Amino acid sequence: MNGAEEILRVEGLGKTFPGVVALDGVDFDLRAGEVHVLLGENGAGKSTLIKMLSGAYQPDAGRILLDGSPVHIRTAAEARRLGIATIYQEFNLVPQLTVAENLALGRPPRRFGFVDTRRMHDQARELLDRVGIDVDPRARVAELGIARMQMVEIAKALALDARVLIMDEPTAVLTTGEVERLFTMVRQLRDRGVAIVFITHHLEEIARLGDRVTVLRDGRSVREVPATTPQDELVRLMVGRPIDQQYPRAAGDPGAPLLKVSGLTRAGAFAGVSFEIRAGEVVGLAGLVGAGRTEVARAVFGADPYDSGEVLMDGRPLPRTNVRAAMEAGLGLVPEDRKGQGLVLGADVAENLGLVTLSRSGRGGFVDRAGRRKEAGEVAGRLGVRMSNLGQEVRTLSGGNQQKIVIGKWLLADARVLILDEPTRGIDVGAKVEIYQLINSLTASGHAVLMISSDLPEILGMSDRVLVMARGRLVGELDAAQATQDAVMALAVTEVEETRVH
Amino acid sequence: MSTNVLTRRPAVRSLLAENGALGALIVLAVALSLLSPDFLTVTNLLNVGVQAAVTAILAFGATFVIITAGIDLSVGAVAALSAIVLAWTATEAGLPWPVATVVALVVGLACGLVNAALIAYGKLPPFIATLAMLGVARGLALVVSQGSPITMPDAVSHLGDTIGGYLPVPVLVMALMGIIAAVILNRTYPGRAMYAIGGNEEAARLSGIAVNRQKLVTYALSGVFAAVAGIVLASRLASAQPQAASGYELDAIAAVVIGGASLSGGKGRAFGTLVGALILAVLRNGLNLLSVSSFWQQVVIGVVIALAVLLDTLRRRGAN
Ligand SMILES: Nc1ncnc2c1ncn2[C@@H]1O[C@H](COP(=O)(O)OP(=O)(O)OP(=O)(O)O)[C@@H](O)[C@H]1O
Ligand SMILES: [Mg+2]
Repeated sequence: MNGAEEILRVEGLGKTFPGVVALDGVDFDLRAGEVHVLLGENGAGKSTLIKMLSGAYQPDAGRILLDGSPVHIRTAAEARRLGIATIYQEFNLVPQLTVAENLALGRPPRRFGFVDTRRMHDQARELLDRVGIDVDPRARVAELGIARMQMVEIAKALALDARVLIMDEPTAVLTTGEVERLFTMVRQLRDRGVAIVFITHHLEEIARLGDRVTVLRDGRSVREVPATTPQDELVRLMVGRPIDQQYPRAAGDPGAPLLKVSGLTRAGAFAGVSFEIRAGEVVGLAGLVGAGRTEVARAVFGADPYDSGEVLMDGRPLPRTNVRAAMEAGLGLVPEDRKGQGLVLGADVAENLGLVTLSRSGRGGFVDRAGRRKEAGEVAGRLGVRMSNLGQEVRTLSGGNQQKIVIGKWLLADARVLILDEPTRGIDVGAKVEIYQLINSLTASGHAVLMISSDLPEILGMSDRVLVMARGRLVGELDAAQATQDAVMALAVTEVEETRVH
Repeated sequence: MSTNVLTRRPAVRSLLAENGALGALIVLAVALSLLSPDFLTVTNLLNVGVQAAVTAILAFGATFVIITAGIDLSVGAVAALSAIVLAWTATEAGLPWPVATVVALVVGLACGLVNAALIAYGKLPPFIATLAMLGVARGLALVVSQGSPITMPDAVSHLGDTIGGYLPVPVLVMALMGIIAAVILNRTYPGRAMYAIGGNEEAARLSGIAVNRQKLVTYALSGVFAAVAGIVLASRLASAQPQAASGYELDAIAAVVIGGASLSGGKGRAFGTLVGALILAVLRNGLNLLSVSSFWQQVVIGVVIALAVLLDTLRRRGAN
């Protein structure tokens, strides 16, 4: 395969939204058989760039060349015809339809004019095997967790057999195992000559998978460097300053127990889960996708029911499925799916940031609007949310900035035990450190954090204690000194093998 | 300079996006004053106000519901039932009129609460729950009145009069209900919760908003607003009629949507709804002045509703 053959070139691309210049002159070229990484802070313009390649947006300036000739990509169908497939940062699945229906969306196999369900399911199974996930094609997408949705999304793009495959943060929600599988697939595609655009905030992935890196800053392409460039150098190019400590955890002495969970069980999801969280602690919850971490977190918070067991805050039991009671007792949950569960996309930044504190911000029966705006402005500033103003619709924020809003509204709520489910999903390296600092200041003031993350280094770097789950059970607990990548992974998989044997 | 592009265009755009319906109303009014010399007179405009009042009050109630991504088809029937109950308690049962009025409002409230209970706890789709209530309320209105109009008590009938001989009370009631609706939507917890629930119910629930309880509030408000509308309508006619306000629920929904709300929830404003109701009333009034046949009026109004919403959708897409 001739690796130097150029397929796609972008020259001086610009895009302005009301109040924001999202792209301001981007140059970028893509060769057959390469993985080209786009790197940049939250809001730098990565997603906007690829949306112009996939026909979702039209550029205001500059041009796109495909095989050397200028093209106007007006619709997603046109992009598909030109051989460009895109996996968006935000999912594009229809939650009410089944996995197979989603995979065949728009072009289901037909027989005598009717949808050939059997063939549709066979094709779906084949695609799912290719991405290596164990999902029933008849399952509804709404029932899948976020990581499986991502894998279905990847399978859907693979079905198009494109020449250019664009992936916007595909690894943000995947655990180590799935990332490996994804990388194997990407390498195979690359070796077959497919040109791949890959966006990620996980710097270690760049050297492992990429060939070249284009760095975007404030809507401009600032440099193109080889993927072997040291991480420090990449960070400096991207953020404009070096980052000295990626995981600045400052653990103190744990205080009184705040949250106690005992024997929590829900048939088919988790069984006999017991743990305790003390004031001042950061407890990590690790495990493979499907291990039941999110399910346990939601049940503890009252978002979902459980069959038996007990959740105690300060020694007092919480009623089941009562989010309000949990909140009043001092629990908080930053959910994993920001679009589906975390944000009111059509409302503005201030409204979203004030959602959790809405019931408290009353003054004589009326909502204190000025006070809410002020608080929202402060927390947005602390998190460095990139926005035109507090009135910007959350829908139009970049993915990472949306995530900051979900975290921000819970910071305002001042929960004493904050459960963070994939808190730094899609957040750039610089902003991650800011969030870790915030976690530190929370625990320093006697609050506690339970952190679920698929990013194992993050769990290891920030937790004082690590709980490991597998197949719905808590299979081990490691303190910070014992917790290594290998130790956690060993726990996360052994139990799976055991249950398979039974 | 690029800054000009940045500041000027969005300003015009957002003005349009916020007040699209208002623009349409102004265009309509200007066109009608050119076409008919009778349109732009104080008497006629006040008349339009009276015509708009009942629809607008119903529509304010419907705005709450539509913002939560629900729908309330029962408002017309609940309006009729409340008015019948008022007239019946005051005349047949002989209670004093203030008591009768309170009873009528409570009937509206109760209908709304039943709707909400079916929707929030029975998990019925709002369309079905309120369609059932439409039938029940209309039927009860017929049962109570035994199918014939009941005279309204005199004291309440003054609601249909004017103050000082020119300012119609229905217009005042409309303004008052509009202000109440606006304050609830913008400045109270239930109002802000409605937007959150309509925008993303799951996110609202996980943010600690008691979704079911807020739905009770929403549909209860819709019921009370419907009762007020029914009382205003009956006082204008000086009698409560079991078949009054038939089909008004559709006008109310149309007014809300013309006013910029989205049936998929999360968007809508009391002021927009008022403008929507005025557009419908001005249109009917204008077509009457121009002596367009009532058959054609229906056609024109249908087309205008479609156009208004279409324009709105196009404008929003343009803004993206
Ligand atoms: N439809 C829109 N309307 C207004 N502003 C927008 C819109 N889409 C994107 N933007 C703005 O453009 C900028 C670039 O956003 P983009 O989504 O491209 O960032 P990104 O590099 O993908 O960031 P992230 O790493 O957080 O995903 C952001 O400031 C964002 O708020
Ligand atoms: Mg992005």
